[in-house]
Amino acid sequence: MSQPVIEVSTVGKRYYLSHQQRSDTLRDSIAQTVRGLFGGASQGNREEFWALRDVSFSVNQGDVVGIIGRNGAGKSTLLKILSRITEPTTGRAVIRGRVASLLEVGTGFHPELSGRENIFLNGAILGMSRAEITRKFDEIVAFAEVERFLDTQVKHYSSGMYVRLAFAVAAHLEPEILVVDEVLAVGDAQFQKKCLGKMSEVARDSGRTVLFVSHNTGALQAICRSALWLQQGRVMRAGPMAECLPAYLASGNEAATYAPTNADRPHLTSVALDRTALATGRFRLSVGFKSPFPLNPPVIGIVLQSRHGQPLAGSNGRMMGDRWTPPPLREGVITAEIPMLPLHSDTYRASVYLGDATQDYDQKLDAVEFDYISPNFYPQTPPLHVIGQLDLPWQWTVDSR
Amino acid sequence: MSAPDTPELVLEAGRASRNYWGDLWRFRELLGFLAWRDIKVRYKQTVLGVLWALIQPAVTLAVFTFVFGKLAAMPAGNVPYPLLVLCGLLPWQLFAAAFSNASGSLVANTHLISKVYFPRLIVPLSSVAVALIDFAVVLVLLAVLCAWWQFVPDWRIVLTPLFILLTLVAALGTGLWLTALTVKYRDFRFVVPFLLQVGLFLSPVGFSSTNLPNWRTLYSLNPMVGAIDGFRWCLLRGEPPLDLLNLAISSGMALVLLISGLWYFRQVERTFADII
Repeated sequence: MSQPVIEVSTVGKRYYLSHQQRSDTLRDSIAQTVRGLFGGASQGNREEFWALRDVSFSVNQGDVVGIIGRNGAGKSTLLKILSRITEPTTGRAVIRGRVASLLEVGTGFHPELSGRENIFLNGAILGMSRAEITRKFDEIVAFAEVERFLDTQVKHYSSGMYVRLAFAVAAHLEPEILVVDEVLAVGDAQFQKKCLGKMSEVARDSGRTVLFVSHNTGALQAICRSALWLQQGRVMRAGPMAECLPAYLASGNEAATYAPTNADRPHLTSVALDRTALATGRFRLSVGFKSPFPLNPPVIGIVLQSRHGQPLAGSNGRMMGDRWTPPPLREGVITAEIPMLPLHSDTYRASVYLGDATQDYDQKLDAVEFDYISPNFYPQTPPLHVIGQLDLPWQWTVDSR
Repeated sequence: MSAPDTPELVLEAGRASRNYWGDLWRFRELLGFLAWRDIKVRYKQTVLGVLWALIQPAVTLAVFTFVFGKLAAMPAGNVPYPLLVLCGLLPWQLFAAAFSNASGSLVANTHLISKVYFPRLIVPLSSVAVALIDFAVVLVLLAVLCAWWQFVPDWRIVLTPLFILLTLVAALGTGLWLTALTVKYRDFRFVVPFLLQVGLFLSPVGFSSTNLPNWRTLYSLNPMVGAIDGFRWCLLRGEPPLDLLNLAISSGMALVLLISGLWYFRQVERTFADII
């Protein structure tokens, strides 16, 4: 009983990034081999990339572990290794118990088959036996709320119905260890809540072990007691969620600095986002610059963008006209603040620009990317692609006639 | 659902899963489901549906009877020429369908392979099972032709499953090689139709292999020669007679293909998710 159910020691996963040439056709492979034979560098156009490096941790039975980290930190690779889809390059992992993994909602759904048929197919793919699916069939259908459309081909489903059905099947798996990737980012808010409820129920009541990747801090706090924080393929910190999550959110305060591409021109030197302030809703971005001649006046422009790069709001000193009155400067740091960032929780980016009264000199597109967790908590937020990212101070009036 | 004893699973580079074959057995229902999915989806949104499984062999049968039976006037012994051709066409179509399904199976199921674990062997195996369905449909055509010529097979017909097995072994063996190679080198997609086209003429589909008395042993290195000869022997009342040496050669080749195919498949299986 005291043995951990998951023991990972010094696991690493290496991928090769190929540049210019891809060796996915036989000809390339033969060509490379031949070049190798004649002493040519056949590895020359490949670059090693360690998605995971020296990752060690252990999980005890009944633990619910949230895996946190920025995009590309290795979270999904770790889950893929634990669910046996791919094998580690170095190190080893020992797993004691049956694993079911849910890396994607609706894996193996076939659009031409009906909802009923897909429940069986998807269940079998996730590792359920036919008898088990039959036993839980009614429960799954009720959970997904698709009774009326059971015999309709899935290709005619709305995307919401599709996701509901897919999650319902997965939610009724009964493995000893459940591995879940970011799958709750789909579906409407009400259903997301239902899924979260199901997840915590699974975790709390059945003593099952759960590994859970999410960017949704609310969900992480609600479900997970402990956390594993990955950064650039390594474990930054492992411990109670209550300690790791604030540390993770505040991380990245250190400024990004830039070497000048051309020192003869005015250029940006650093960009720093105050992530501690951000956790309370305050946006504070400091931008450093340097110039061979005094900028009169120095002007910094900032554009906030959605995670897809769509501009949401921007400002610069020049826009303010007479009210922008700093002294001429060769070097300095300009800080912009928004006391209460009027955005919903999501991932955002910011681009910065440098100029003076008349022209722009330098720019850093997508200089920072950040996960914003709004202090405004709305229990039922519709999906952001429907209502947009802006969280404006709405005021409502109701007249009864 | 809870396992009787907690299995300990070690994940390590290059470590072949010790209970691979046990896993394969545990996932046998998935094999059935995948085959069932492919069969269900196959004739969706077609007007003629399963009739397509009949049309193709029927047309091929007519063309081959005309070319080999009439134009080339090859001997058929004392069976109607169309029956001789159909008894060659049956195993050949089974082989062709099983082989081409299996060859494309892994790439066609990319989304499964990169998201879920199961013994990858399930995928080509289930695609071979699908080929058996079309085969069963063509058997109906055979029954109709036999009735037309009032040709009744004798006791040897009960041995037909052996030669179905031989055909499947040959198809799975070659299919495993090609599907595993296609994961890395998509070139092999182009090899499959080409192999099938050449194979159709290198196998005694439209004629009897007794037309090549001196070459028969060498010819038997093609496993389909043994399978087709065997089919004819079973269904056409022992005509032409079975040559056991040649049958052994064909069966041996099929086994070599299967074992080497399995070996190669298992070698590269662990990297499928990374390169597919």
